[in-house]
Amino acid sequence: MNIYDLTIHELKEKIAAGELTPAEIKKAYADRINEVEDRVKSYVTVTDELAEQDLAEYENKKEALLAGIPIAVKDNMSTDGIKTSCGSKMLENYNPPYNATVVEKLNAAGAVIMGKTNMDEFAMGSSTENSAFFDTHNPWNLNHAPGGSSGGSAAAVAAGECAAALGSDTGGSIRQPASYCGVVGLKPTYGMVSRYGLVAFASSLDQIGPITKDVEDSAILMNVIAGHDPKDSTSIAGQKEDYTKYLKEDVSGMKIGIPEEYFNLEFDEEVKASVLAAVEKLKEAGAEVETVHMTDASYALAAYYVIAPAEASSNLARYDGVRYGLRSEQAADVSEMFTNTRHEGFGDEVKRRIMIGTYALSSGYYDAYYLKAQKVRTLIKDDFDRIFNDFDLIITPTAPSTAIELGSKSDPLEMYHTDIFTVPINIAGVPAMSVPCGFDSSEMPIGLQLIGPHFGEGKIIQAAYTLEKLLNINEKRAEL
Amino acid sequence: MTTKYETVIGLEVHVQLNTESKIFCGCSTEFGKEPNENTCPVCLGLPGTLPVLNKKVVDYAIMAGLALNCDIAEYSKFDRKNYFYPDLPKAYQISQFDLPVAENGEIEIETEAGIFNIGVTRVHLEEDAGKLIHEGSIDKSKGSLVDYNRTGVPLIEIVSEPDMRTPAQAKAYLTELKMIMEYLDISDCNMEEGSLRCDANVSLRPVGQEEFGIKAELKNMNSFSAVEKGLEYEVKRQQGLLDEGKKVVQETRTWDESLNKTISMRGKEEAHDYRYFPEPDLVPLEIDAAWKEEMRKEIPELPREKYKRFIFELGLPEYDAGVLTGDKDLSVFFEEVLSDYDDPKNLSNWMMGEFLRLLNENSHSPFESGVSPINLAKMLKMIDQDIISGKIAKEVFEKMYNSGKDPETIVEEEGLKQISDQDELDNIVDAIIEDNPEAVEDVENGKERAIGFLVGQVMKETRGKANPGLVNQMLRDKLMN
Ligand SMILES: [Zn+2]
Repeated sequence: MNIYDLTIHELKEKIAAGELTPAEIKKAYADRINEVEDRVKSYVTVTDELAEQDLAEYENKKEALLAGIPIAVKDNMSTDGIKTSCGSKMLENYNPPYNATVVEKLNAAGAVIMGKTNMDEFAMGSSTENSAFFDTHNPWNLNHAPGGSSGGSAAAVAAGECAAALGSDTGGSIRQPASYCGVVGLKPTYGMVSRYGLVAFASSLDQIGPITKDVEDSAILMNVIAGHDPKDSTSIAGQKEDYTKYLKEDVSGMKIGIPEEYFNLEFDEEVKASVLAAVEKLKEAGAEVETVHMTDASYALAAYYVIAPAEASSNLARYDGVRYGLRSEQAADVSEMFTNTRHEGFGDEVKRRIMIGTYALSSGYYDAYYLKAQKVRTLIKDDFDRIFNDFDLIITPTAPSTAIELGSKSDPLEMYHTDIFTVPINIAGVPAMSVPCGFDSSEMPIGLQLIGPHFGEGKIIQAAYTLEKLLNINEKRAEL
Repeated sequence: MTTKYETVIGLEVHVQLNTESKIFCGCSTEFGKEPNENTCPVCLGLPGTLPVLNKKVVDYAIMAGLALNCDIAEYSKFDRKNYFYPDLPKAYQISQFDLPVAENGEIEIETEAGIFNIGVTRVHLEEDAGKLIHEGSIDKSKGSLVDYNRTGVPLIEIVSEPDMRTPAQAKAYLTELKMIMEYLDISDCNMEEGSLRCDANVSLRPVGQEEFGIKAELKNMNSFSAVEKGLEYEVKRQQGLLDEGKKVVQETRTWDESLNKTISMRGKEEAHDYRYFPEPDLVPLEIDAAWKEEMRKEIPELPREKYKRFIFELGLPEYDAGVLTGDKDLSVFFEEVLSDYDDPKNLSNWMMGEFLRLLNENSHSPFESGVSPINLAKMLKMIDQDIISGKIAKEVFEKMYNSGKDPETIVEEEGLKQISDQDELDNIVDAIIEDNPEAVEDVENGKERAIGFLVGQVMKETRGKANPGLVNQMLRDKLMN
């Protein structure tokens, strides 16, 4: 196996055994980037200089969890002195003066930061085609999208351009690209990972999480990034768990719900068959699987496309050309400067959502849209709570299909619909993981979504780890 | 017959809280720093930053709420008020919309027309914006600079009920608020520096009508007198319109100090839609009974209570009580002297007279002068004990004020002790009798007033040190028996 194909835990073992040095590892990944980046285009910025600096720190951080491990970071997480563009022309030249808390945690853990990954502009999109700079290509088939909005992170992991990556997930932006790219993506419980330094899209839904080559790496990365942060008032106080203790092949007695309303939706039959086959394997291994009834996912999707744009319209108002980022040269006065800057700096999808959100919050419409959506949100939360009174986990597909072809979906509504299985999870604030469960007839990866109750990351990891062992497909890599 | 109108005024008062750090970050709130010195990624609203609530700010807001007799919310939250302006780095202000920290209060005010209760609708927390520096108006200026030092400085907004009926009441209400905030020590309340800001809603309605008239919102009144003048102008303007049979339009008007009038800023149609919604970056604010009680203990006696106590318990005239309680430090000073000296009226006379005169001349606040409360108490006792005369005391007091020395030292050093020794005065009194035969004759003929003249001569001779009462008695003994 190539060095760039190895997981975090395999790399750690090889470093510990003296078989590989961090410098060799870093070089192997840097070479891999040189080899495939032209075709995959995962990175907005390759931070080779930073990676060298991190490497130089290795001796002081030897004992840390990610010492010498090459990690990629989505380009919406603030990196001190390094461009943080959010995939937008608006921030193309923005170098923040501070690090996001997760970046600080990666640094403390000895990670070697390889670069900042491509994404849909301000994380709005499901294919990374909304990046203002370029498309990222799916390593399994370069004509296909990597998914989004963390498409760059998922593609970088799948292509061996890093050992693991951080993504952010507002409505499926970690899980859906993980599913498309055949890797593992975890969206933690809302508040489990600090959002300080994550450029906000929809504050009440955004969560940072790991995108990794296998479930064990996901647990390791969670051990690094999870935990209370005094700089984020919405981060959950309390004791931090050791997620690696859930790496057990055991699902006996675990109660798993299969929501009929989700499986009854119209979606790819191959995806459905693959997910149900995986569920069958868990059943054979001792899990108690039962059909459950839940609120139609389309209500969650409708609520999501009011709440997320509403928050976004406010979060993105600060890009006015006054302090940083793009400023329009074409302006006679301050009001024109605002208008022209935003006209020139934002792409169509971002503008669309700002307009939807502004409308939903406007006086006279607030009750009918924003307030109604918040009520739906409460009902969906209650719905998940009700199921988790009796069940440990819920399983659904991650996405209705395997990776779409680049340029194939031009209708925004059709694109929004690809989030149908992932959005309700953000609305409810619960954790969920996408794990590879098979391949379709075109050899494109299929993902299965494991959903847990609040703070149920441990159960998710345990079931996902078991499934991974049962299916034994996680060593298969995209050929580039 | 012309219609008689009643004025209806409500005030929205912004008070900058004097916490050491800002409301949502650790930056200093110190005034007068270099532009943008007191800033960080959070208060500059850089992408990805998040607010963290400063607990002290909530403490102060609870204290303000309690002092204004409000109900304190058990459950409160923050909301975003969205609008674009270069001094607002996030393009929204974190404020409170429907669940403020405090609601349903009232305070008592007094004007020449009597005593009134003014309702306080609400007290809510919010962050201040920055400051723009440009030539002329922002639309006309070639460029503009922004100073974000003030961004994120904590504010409370105190909204009154439309309970005021005259500009004088509005001024009295504002004055009372300022005093309460000063007594609580939660704000500097300096209108010129902008730590106290006042907007007003003004409307007129026919006397007896229940329904409110159409209101104008008045802004940019940067001093107490501007508030009164602005309101008086606006009332006259609206009265004029109504008398001519015209209508008042709902609009925002600005007070122009140099032109002495209000000018229309924007109409109802141009009013902002702030698109308030709950701030998702902060958790709801829960204030339990223990927290509320802890804050209640921090509240000192408030100006209005003190004013009444000075009148009813200390027996001071209303005017004196008003002046002494009108300035927190002055009242504290007064009470510190009283702990060593038990004649409030005599003390009040001294403070209202010599002390205030010197403070005003030197632009000092009460504790900035050389006179400490304990030294003032000593001096007053020296007068009462005939150690110095009232006249000499004025001289001693001024020396205390300028030097900070205690009165005994000054009297000692300057030899100002009153001469109350009869033997010591005997020769002087005799000499004066000898030198003023005409006056002596007058006295002997029963002209009482001439005694005063002779006493004055003795005082002159002793440079004011002689005990005038004693001298008077000695003259009577010598001349009238
Ligand atoms: Zn700051």
